[in-house]
Amino acid sequence: MKAAVIVFPGSNCDRDMKIAIEQSLGSSPTMVWHGDSELPDTDLIAVPGGFSYGDYLRCGAIAGNSPIMREVVKRAASGTPILAVCNGFQIATETGMLPGALLRNANQKFICKDVHLKVSSQNNRFSGAFKVDDIVRFPVAHHDGNYFADADTVARLEDNGQIAFRYSDEDGVVSPETNINGSCNNIAGIYNDAGNILGLMPHPERLISDQLGGTDGKLFFDNLINSLN
Amino acid sequence: MKARVTISLKNGVLDPQGKAISHALHGLGFDNVGEVRQGKIIELELGDISASDAPSVVDKMCTQLLANTVIENYSVELLD
Repeated sequence: MKAAVIVFPGSNCDRDMKIAIEQSLGSSPTMVWHGDSELPDTDLIAVPGGFSYGDYLRCGAIAGNSPIMREVVKRAASGTPILAVCNGFQIATETGMLPGALLRNANQKFICKDVHLKVSSQNNRFSGAFKVDDIVRFPVAHHDGNYFADADTVARLEDNGQIAFRYSDEDGVVSPETNINGSCNNIAGIYNDAGNILGLMPHPERLISDQLGGTDGKLFFDNLINSLN
Repeated sequence: MKARVTISLKNGVLDPQGKAISHALHGLGFDNVGEVRQGKIIELELGDISASDAPSVVDKMCTQLLANTVIENYSVELLD
């Protein structure tokens, strides 16, 4: 199995993503620069977190129009699994690969802490390490993670089981109090309708060993890589 | 020819920055201020382009990059 990680000017989670994939896969993903217009043959594309192009114009707007993202969109349409984390999620919505948009956090603050998430739908490829209603802990670090979509789109995501994770407390209670950034329906991550793209604001790649404070991210990546092997 | 693009959040889209500005204005004693919405203005030099072609070209720029029509409205003003 082969994996690729896209690197933009301003990406800052690309190496964390590389290490997380390496530890589960046993070999290195290809790092692909944003200005390239060709992707290698790959079974997984990760669009990492960071502040691509300094978040100029809107988070992810300029990255979404970079040469490599045109190729990523084509691969996504032909079924290649895409993992889009944080700024990657913002980029994925800007390209239209995922519906909705990420707005400024409702409390205006940059939020950097571990959060609990409730697994909200089954997708064996991305969340097969967990069961629906399981609670996982991943870190968040974002200023613009407030998921917004119009009411019809949110209803469609709900009806189709496309909500991947919701912000909850450690007991799995999903409420306005556990909604850290004002997202519609506490949404922390979503799938596209075909289920081959996961966009999420939290960072599974940042919690892959006990030395880093937990291993829920390791479970996530082990399952992802196993499911693609 | 120049164009000025005004981008604003759609009605119903939360604008935390606008809210913060409103709070700050109240703190300064401007008690009558209600809701505040923040947007942005982008001015473009268009080079050699006819006045008849400009609107559709700038409209494409808006839909492809300058505005995110999921959350934003835009309007275009052409300037000499």
